[in-house]
Amino acid sequence: MLKLDRVHTYYGNSHILQGLSFEVPTGTCVALLGRNGAGKTTTIHSIAGLTPPRQGTIAYRDKSISGLPPHHIARLGIGLVPQGRRIFPSLTIRENLTVSARDSGDTEAGRKRWDLEAVYDLFPILKEREHNRGTQLSGGQQQMLAIGRALMTNPRFLLMDEPSEGLAPVIIEQVGEIIDRLKKTGLSILLVEQNLYLACSVADEVLVMNKGQVVWQGSPQELLANQDIQHQYLGV
Amino acid sequence: MVTSSLLMHILNGLAYGMLLFMIAAGLSIIFGLMNVVNLAHGAFYLAGVYIAYSLVARHMGFWPSLLVSVAVVAILGVLVEKWLLERVYGRELEQVLLTFGLSFIFADLVEWIWGSSPLTLPVPEALDVSLNVGGMMFPAYRIFVILVGCLLAVLLWYIESKTRIGAIIRAGVDDREMLSALGININVVFTCMFAVGAALAGLSGVLGGPIMGMYVGIDAEILVSSLVIVVVGGLGTWKGAFIGAIVIGVVDTLGRVWFPSFTMAMVFLIMIAVLLMKPNGLFGRGAAA
Repeated sequence: MLKLDRVHTYYGNSHILQGLSFEVPTGTCVALLGRNGAGKTTTIHSIAGLTPPRQGTIAYRDKSISGLPPHHIARLGIGLVPQGRRIFPSLTIRENLTVSARDSGDTEAGRKRWDLEAVYDLFPILKEREHNRGTQLSGGQQQMLAIGRALMTNPRFLLMDEPSEGLAPVIIEQVGEIIDRLKKTGLSILLVEQNLYLACSVADEVLVMNKGQVVWQGSPQELLANQDIQHQYLGV
Repeated sequence: MVTSSLLMHILNGLAYGMLLFMIAAGLSIIFGLMNVVNLAHGAFYLAGVYIAYSLVARHMGFWPSLLVSVAVVAILGVLVEKWLLERVYGRELEQVLLTFGLSFIFADLVEWIWGSSPLTLPVPEALDVSLNVGGMMFPAYRIFVILVGCLLAVLLWYIESKTRIGAIIRAGVDDREMLSALGININVVFTCMFAVGAALAGLSGVLGGPIMGMYVGIDAEILVSSLVIVVVGGLGTWKGAFIGAIVIGVVDTLGRVWFPSFTMAMVFLIMIAVLLMKPNGLFGRGAAA
């Protein structure tokens, strides 16, 4: 589904991604772990086109998307659930969902179609409060809104940047359940996390990043059993 | 007698305020959405009124001239945005230089084509009458301008708060980057909004021609008042521009009557007072990301 090949991305003069390569196979959830500053969010932004890579290629469904403008990349079917949720404060909950809503346009069998009704089905609380401002929601509800907003663009591939950030443990569990349900609809997911346990509970494969490169790669079980890697790169 | 002349002045102030509103609305949205302080916005006002003047002088009639002039100014807006402004997004200093320079170029072009002596646009015939307002005669045309301004405010309010286009604009003011990452082509939104802003300034110019007259330099006067309105009303909202324009229009007009040498100071005192109490303006919602 998505393949990064020796990607280098800079913020101004700082060299953040230093030859990052990995792959997200179709229909899987890959989790990207690492300390603050390892380059996780930059990876998400590089894929979404917000900070285009200076070198290397990012291929989505076998076509290069590096250098395309963000809206173009989004329209190819890549949905973004950003760090800090970034709900539009001037919009109601309903408007947050509909402002960028888009039908994917393809009629592939077996793919779930997301519209307002389907998102409200998944997150009933959003329907109850649809005329409130998005910023009046709790952190967990805002996370649902950010996920719903991305789903309304009918993506094939979802970028999730630290969905557990700032949430209570019981809510984080809910986020895990939501990600599981999304996987079952056939979505491919790249999940960036600080929370080792959330990542390991939903991911099919885990990548550990340090200084802009993948330094370890394996199954969630292998990572949970490997104290060295946890200690060295995740500060557990 | 005193009250009716006060009413006169307030009506005059409202008419002036509506002209300012049409300029400030575009300026405010362009500022809030695109983070561009368009110092060339007054030039669109100039272009509007002078183009209309030439068309009226060729016996085109006021209303067709108005439509053509506004359309031409909108196209001018698209050209400025696509050819020039697009190259300097995110670089404030270059934007200020570019738009400031453009305003000089436009002003000189106007002087070159139409000369530097003041001209007036004739009041359209159908409205060239006076109405009895509270025992005094008041030009119908100014009432018409007030009505157009109010209608426009309602229309813009409706578009801003009830339509998907309005939601896209508000979301763009909140967080452009996020909006583009969701698949909205923000460049197209920018171009459209710039064209609408330019068209509104052009409309203000044409409608203002019969009231304010036309001369090179009026663009700068009107731009300064509009910037004050944007600051008072708050960035990126039409409601703020509307209320701000009424306040500034009325205060400016009354000031000219009662203490002419103190008018500009009053306008800026209001701005300072608003900034002290509400740093984001009356209806502002903080700086855009």
